[in-house]
Amino acid sequence: MTDVSYVRTEMLEEKAPPVSQAGIIKWLRDNMFSNIPNSILSIAALWAIYYVLSDVLPWTFKSSWNANSLDECRSAIAATYGEGTDGACWSVIHDRFLQLVFGFYPKALYWRPIVAFLLMFVAIAPVLFDGLPKKMLRFTMIYPFLAFWLLWGGSLWFPLMIIAGFVLGYLAYGVVSKMASSLVGMIAAVLVPIIWWLFLSGDVATMLQSIMPLSIEAVSSSNFGGFMLSITIGVIGIALSLPIGIVLALGRQSDLMIVKVICVGFIEFIRGVPLITLLFVASTLLNYFMPPGTNFDLILRVIIMVTLFASAYMAEVIRGGLAALPKGQYEGADSLGLDFWQSTRLIIMPQALKISIPNIVSSFIGLFKDTTLVSIIGLLDPIGLSTNIRANQEWNGVIWELYGFIALVFWLFCFSMSRYSMYLERKLQTGH
Amino acid sequence: MSTITDPEQGGFRISMLLYDTRYRSITIQIIALIGFLLALGWLIGNAAQNLAALGKPLNFSFLGDTSGYDINQRLVEYNSQMTHGRAAIVGLLNTLLVAVLGCITATVIGVLIGVMRLSKNWIISKLMTIYIETFRNVPVLLWIIMTMAIFIEFFPQPKEFRGDAATASMKLFDSVAITNRGILIPALAYGPGIVLVLLTFVASLIGIVFFRRYAKKLQEQTGKILPSGLISFGIFFVPTLLVFFAATMVNLNKEHVIFGSKVLTMNADNTISADSVVRFCDTGGAGNVNAKNLMRANGIKFKSIASNDLADSLSRISSGDTRTGCDIATVPAGTAVPEGLLVSEGVSVYSGRPVELEKPYLSGFNFTDGALMRNSLIALWFALSLYTAAFIAETVRSGIQAVSKGQTEAAAALGLRPGRITSLVVLPQALRVIIPPMISQYMNLTKNSSLAIAVGYMDITGTLGGVTLNQTGREMESLMILMAIYLTISLTISTVMNVYNERVKLRER
Repeated sequence: MTDVSYVRTEMLEEKAPPVSQAGIIKWLRDNMFSNIPNSILSIAALWAIYYVLSDVLPWTFKSSWNANSLDECRSAIAATYGEGTDGACWSVIHDRFLQLVFGFYPKALYWRPIVAFLLMFVAIAPVLFDGLPKKMLRFTMIYPFLAFWLLWGGSLWFPLMIIAGFVLGYLAYGVVSKMASSLVGMIAAVLVPIIWWLFLSGDVATMLQSIMPLSIEAVSSSNFGGFMLSITIGVIGIALSLPIGIVLALGRQSDLMIVKVICVGFIEFIRGVPLITLLFVASTLLNYFMPPGTNFDLILRVIIMVTLFASAYMAEVIRGGLAALPKGQYEGADSLGLDFWQSTRLIIMPQALKISIPNIVSSFIGLFKDTTLVSIIGLLDPIGLSTNIRANQEWNGVIWELYGFIALVFWLFCFSMSRYSMYLERKLQTGH
Repeated sequence: MSTITDPEQGGFRISMLLYDTRYRSITIQIIALIGFLLALGWLIGNAAQNLAALGKPLNFSFLGDTSGYDINQRLVEYNSQMTHGRAAIVGLLNTLLVAVLGCITATVIGVLIGVMRLSKNWIISKLMTIYIETFRNVPVLLWIIMTMAIFIEFFPQPKEFRGDAATASMKLFDSVAITNRGILIPALAYGPGIVLVLLTFVASLIGIVFFRRYAKKLQEQTGKILPSGLISFGIFFVPTLLVFFAATMVNLNKEHVIFGSKVLTMNADNTISADSVVRFCDTGGAGNVNAKNLMRANGIKFKSIASNDLADSLSRISSGDTRTGCDIATVPAGTAVPEGLLVSEGVSVYSGRPVELEKPYLSGFNFTDGALMRNSLIALWFALSLYTAAFIAETVRSGIQAVSKGQTEAAAALGLRPGRITSLVVLPQALRVIIPPMISQYMNLTKNSSLAIAVGYMDITGTLGGVTLNQTGREMESLMILMAIYLTISLTISTVMNVYNERVKLRER
């Protein structure tokens, strides 16, 4: 026997893959240069990126941050980077930052909008994250009134009286629906607060204010401006449009012909006209529809029209949520013997709203972007302010720095919200 | 034995309105209706009272009053002596113009970007993602204002095109001038035979429809597939071009009298003996373009009179000349008049092709001739297109991704070629997903075009909702008409969409 063997007993060393099949070269070949048209496209794209960045980057970074006027800024740039350098005057942002954020809100009171803004996150947290205790929702319900008080100031009794209206409505429903029927209860729940707000609350608030003055310095609407104004209008618009939108969506789904026609008519009308025409209504027409002598300020009128606008879109979003619920949920609720409002409140709406959250966020993004339209009717949102700043002698001629900054802030807000809504959508997708 | 008894038929009691589900819905509806009517009546009553107090009850007669303002961008004849109603129509046409232009470009850009975003090329797909996220997340108003600012800041003034040391020059064979006031493009001037050319074109379009029907029928009956794309392409171009060239040949022999009167006194060497002012009034059209080109080539100066120059129009009418669009040429003594142009009764030129391009021409510090697309129109058009394209791109992407891979593979297994797979299997299914959101994007674009007011483009919001509203103080009436118009446009678009949806709906059996 010989120990000659024709079978290899030890493994060969693994060889490194060819250079073209590994690492960055393989990646480049696969993803950018897989064939000739692709290579041309890639090179063109790279060239375009270079072309844009080679202009924009030096402009962005060869800049001046501390100057009080455009001339001062230009000479500062010329002194640092040499004559003829085209650099950005970010100093306009530095100079007017507070104005762009707060408008003409009194400097000493900046803490109020800041607190209101921060509390907003506390208020929406329980809506967005499941893990938090449900008791926090109570704060969410109080928050709109708190934010109103913080932003506009004045007597605390005024927002309290509005809350009292809701409480009265709730009580009226409880009492009347026990005495008569739930339908009469509903009517009472609508009528009692309206009577309270229209005829009684003002006097009671004045009386209580004289007994126990609880007020902070009032700030007039005309001082509102900048991103604070955009956020205020956007958030109030969305928050108020949610309940109206729910009612409209239910009305549109309803079997009651007249209710359905009214809701559909309202929704289609609002969705068919551009927001700017509604803002024109706010600026020129809305006072005509109020009893003679009524006059309330422009921002409030704008908020009313923006709310109507948003609620039509919100109604469609919620209708989408309602339609997405499986029919079994409705039937299950019926089989438990729940009446319409009970099943809506306990079974249908919680699920429909949860499905709709990503779309609600999207419609908030849309509304937030649309708040810039108020600059057309003369409110000082960031775009209105930028016109103001450019009309100023010191900063006459600044364009891209201001627009760029405003665009960047909007982008950051909207992009982060849209990413969040995409994350939610993935999380809620329990299908597969 | 049992008998079937009907449930007890009790009489109607008032309480059944509340407790009986048969009647309760009616009760609720009536209460809702009463509440709604009360609210509506309250609003209308207030409005009537307030308007009466201001002394301007609802009245639409202001639409017939003289408007007194000019609109620089217009598709139909308009001047400040015309009515507010006419101004509103000019505005409406401007809205429709920018909406149609915007929808077309937004679709083209959006589809391109949506497809490119799905590209396997890493850098292209990333670039497109950046494009989409950038445009979607910044307010459209800001885009419009920024595009306008680019125009005003970066593009040259007309005077920079002047002289030997011009810092700017015209593009595309000297036919397009990009200035900070807008983009000047060649205008179309029509000559004899244009009607025939257009008729031929329409006829060939109809021909294509019939041919395609025939091709389909043939394929269904015999299985034979005609190269219908190529043939349609041929029908589209060939007859129209043939008629165009034929008309051009005919026109070559047709001289067109431009100089209307015997004003030129000529020397023996064909130069003009004294300074003369001549008027060449023509009904416009291709012949006029050729006349102008000839005179410019020979250094004869002339100036155009805008037809809305009122004083001149009046003087022309009083002198018996009711034609509009006259040009006045000042021909200095000694100017040589080109050979062949001169006849005793006037000057005649070649009457031109059925369509001639009237290129923009720099005279003095500004451009004349050509068509000016104002910077406001272009800024609005571009910004709206780029913004909406970002949304359309997302729609297209999701539509393409919605067609499952199995469809493509199954079609390939049937032996279809890649082109056919796309056109017969993928696209029809993707379009069903793409079209509805696409239409709502078109609606958004149309509504967003109302932001024209921010850059001074006179659309319906700028005319009726802007200047007219401010001048007449008729807020209620103006806004009612304005909203009604937008509502009509929106409802029309959504009706079209519903009809389409009905047609492409999956037929379930």
